[in-house]
Amino acid sequence: MVRSAHLIPLFPFAAFAVNILFGRRLRKASALVSIGASFISLAIAAITFIGNARYGEGSYMVGRWLSFGGISLDFGVTVDPLSCMMLMVVTVVGTLIQIYSIGYMRDDVRFSRFFAYMSLFMGSMLGLLLSDNFVMLYIFWEGVGLCSYLLISFWFERPAAAKAGMKAFITTRIGDTGLLIGILLLFFTTKTLYFRDLGNLGINDAMLTAIALLIFCGAVGKSAQFPLHVWLPDAMEGPTPVSALIHAATMVAAGVYLVARTYGLFLSHHASLIWVAYIGAITAFMAATIATVNNDIKRILAYSTISQLGLMMLALGVGGYDGGTFHLMTHAFFKALLFLCAGSVIHAVHTQDIFKMGGLLGKMKATGWTFIIGALAIAGVPPLSGFWSKDEILSEILREGHPVLFGVAAVTSLLTAFYMFRLIFVVLFGKPRSELHAHESPAVMTVPLGILAAFSIFAGFFRPVKIEPLMMGVSIAVSAAGIGIAYVFYIAGNKVLPASFRSRFAFLYDLISNKYYVDEIYEAIIIRPAVRLAGIAAAFDSKVVDGAVNLTAYLSVIAGKVQYWFDLYIVDGIVNMTANITWLCSAVFRRLQTGFVQNYILIAFFGLAIMILIKLTGGQ
Amino acid sequence: MIPQNHFLILGAVLFAMGLYGALTRRTAIGILMSIELILNAANINLITFNKFIGSEALGQVFALFVMAIAAASAVIGLVLVIAVYRNMKTIFTEKMNILKW
Repeated sequence: MVRSAHLIPLFPFAAFAVNILFGRRLRKASALVSIGASFISLAIAAITFIGNARYGEGSYMVGRWLSFGGISLDFGVTVDPLSCMMLMVVTVVGTLIQIYSIGYMRDDVRFSRFFAYMSLFMGSMLGLLLSDNFVMLYIFWEGVGLCSYLLISFWFERPAAAKAGMKAFITTRIGDTGLLIGILLLFFTTKTLYFRDLGNLGINDAMLTAIALLIFCGAVGKSAQFPLHVWLPDAMEGPTPVSALIHAATMVAAGVYLVARTYGLFLSHHASLIWVAYIGAITAFMAATIATVNNDIKRILAYSTISQLGLMMLALGVGGYDGGTFHLMTHAFFKALLFLCAGSVIHAVHTQDIFKMGGLLGKMKATGWTFIIGALAIAGVPPLSGFWSKDEILSEILREGHPVLFGVAAVTSLLTAFYMFRLIFVVLFGKPRSELHAHESPAVMTVPLGILAAFSIFAGFFRPVKIEPLMMGVSIAVSAAGIGIAYVFYIAGNKVLPASFRSRFAFLYDLISNKYYVDEIYEAIIIRPAVRLAGIAAAFDSKVVDGAVNLTAYLSVIAGKVQYWFDLYIVDGIVNMTANITWLCSAVFRRLQTGFVQNYILIAFFGLAIMILIKLTGGQ
Repeated sequence: MIPQNHFLILGAVLFAMGLYGALTRRTAIGILMSIELILNAANINLITFNKFIGSEALGQVFALFVMAIAAASAVIGLVLVIAVYRNMKTIFTEKMNILKW
């Protein structure tokens, strides 16, 4: 085991610090800082990866963090095949996306801040991957959430972007709350927070299920699974490299990674695992259908991501740990590729509506061909990477004996092939549908595309290929059917078939194109009551609470005035009266002191005379 | 033999003269002299009553005491007058009012 893994997240964090503090002075050089840090992380990740392959896995302690009540918490690092694989994916994809961003964000006013956030995002994700206990994971988990908020609403001048950022943050927060409760529950029942202890906790099934489902809640939020998937399509308001990073390497991968990391917890009790499978299946199917009718190039890819993540969850849920994590890796490459291609297209034509594009392959050769490679990979065409991982998922589902879930997965795969090639055919082939002066993007953008395309093709061979003829036949047939339907709809029977289908299944079309009304349902049952409750609370606050405060203030003023008056006229009056009386008395009596000595003698004499008179006339 | 009343009348007249002088003189020295008259009037009374009532010479002894004290107080008084005169260039008592309110 190579003990250098803990250094991996430090460099992106350092790059973040440098860029956020000196971004103004660095200007364009901040990109180099971030990319340089990413490259160093990539190199260390590669060393860790090789070391893991050669010397085996393990976790080690970097330092003691907390120690309380006989329980201690360490800054620990886990190095195992899962974390190594994800480290490689995140560093490779992250680095390429950052290089691509140089071109994409070239004219942005907050160029260096963008790179600062990107580095922070990467650092948080790398930290998350390396965590060996729940508390560290939760810290980085929130760091990832924070960065997604910052980056989705990066163009915060646009209200839609600001709203999307908030939506993403609040929606994932719901899941995070579940995760936090799960972690606390785990801690208070078992007094452990380490992943390595999860296999044999020795607690009853009900508690185990509760903890597993609560932790899964966090994954549902982060990985945009039904019913918390609504934030991801809206997150498309962010810059496209951000979308690529969120979808491929960082944000949404975290949810799947969490389930994979805490897999021991799910495995020890089957009831919780099947939940993961069904949530994944619902999400996969739902998102795939929505993607077939959407017209926004980035939203199609967003729904595609949700669908693929659902597939991963489904695989994990049926016990297909290898298939799920394998798909997580391959998906990272081709989804990053697809997003960056989409970014390149948007950069060229300045629109996101696919029906305003068309025939772009002739004008944007590099982007177009890499786009097609990405689409082939996600559609599951052999021998590209998506084929191998999807094939493994399908065969694992069937092997575990879930025919219904297998059907859902197969249909999802078909839909995946269909919507991806709908996108390809509409955007890249045919005639230009509007006056677009498309041009190829600069090399700084196309070179990362090429590298990612290579990964998309060959990532499937990173692990030994298993040949299962029957299953492969099914996979290929499904992909081919999807691509074929897309061809029939959008190339052969262009304009006619889609419209007739739309009118024939009007209800279904409305349902799907409105995204199953999930947003509307949330609006009606959660947001609007919440707003109303907030309104009532605000009214209560302004009327009753503020009223009470104001009344108190008013009464205090009056009491103060009374006291002032009392002080002025009664207390001061008594003091002044005493003084005045004294003054009056002295004004009378001081006249006795005349300063003439004879006066005094005269008075003394008369006093004596009077006393003698009194004595003589009978007073004793 | 001269009767006792004559002595007493002399003492009263002396006392009255002294008092009058003490009350009406403007100069401090005049007042001091008047006070001496009053003391002498007291002495005459002391001796008179000793002669007509007492058997021993107690009254005369007292008169001697009074004379000694009168001499001492006259000295003190004159010193004070001189001190006042040095400071205020006057010995008129109505000018000596700096201790007034």
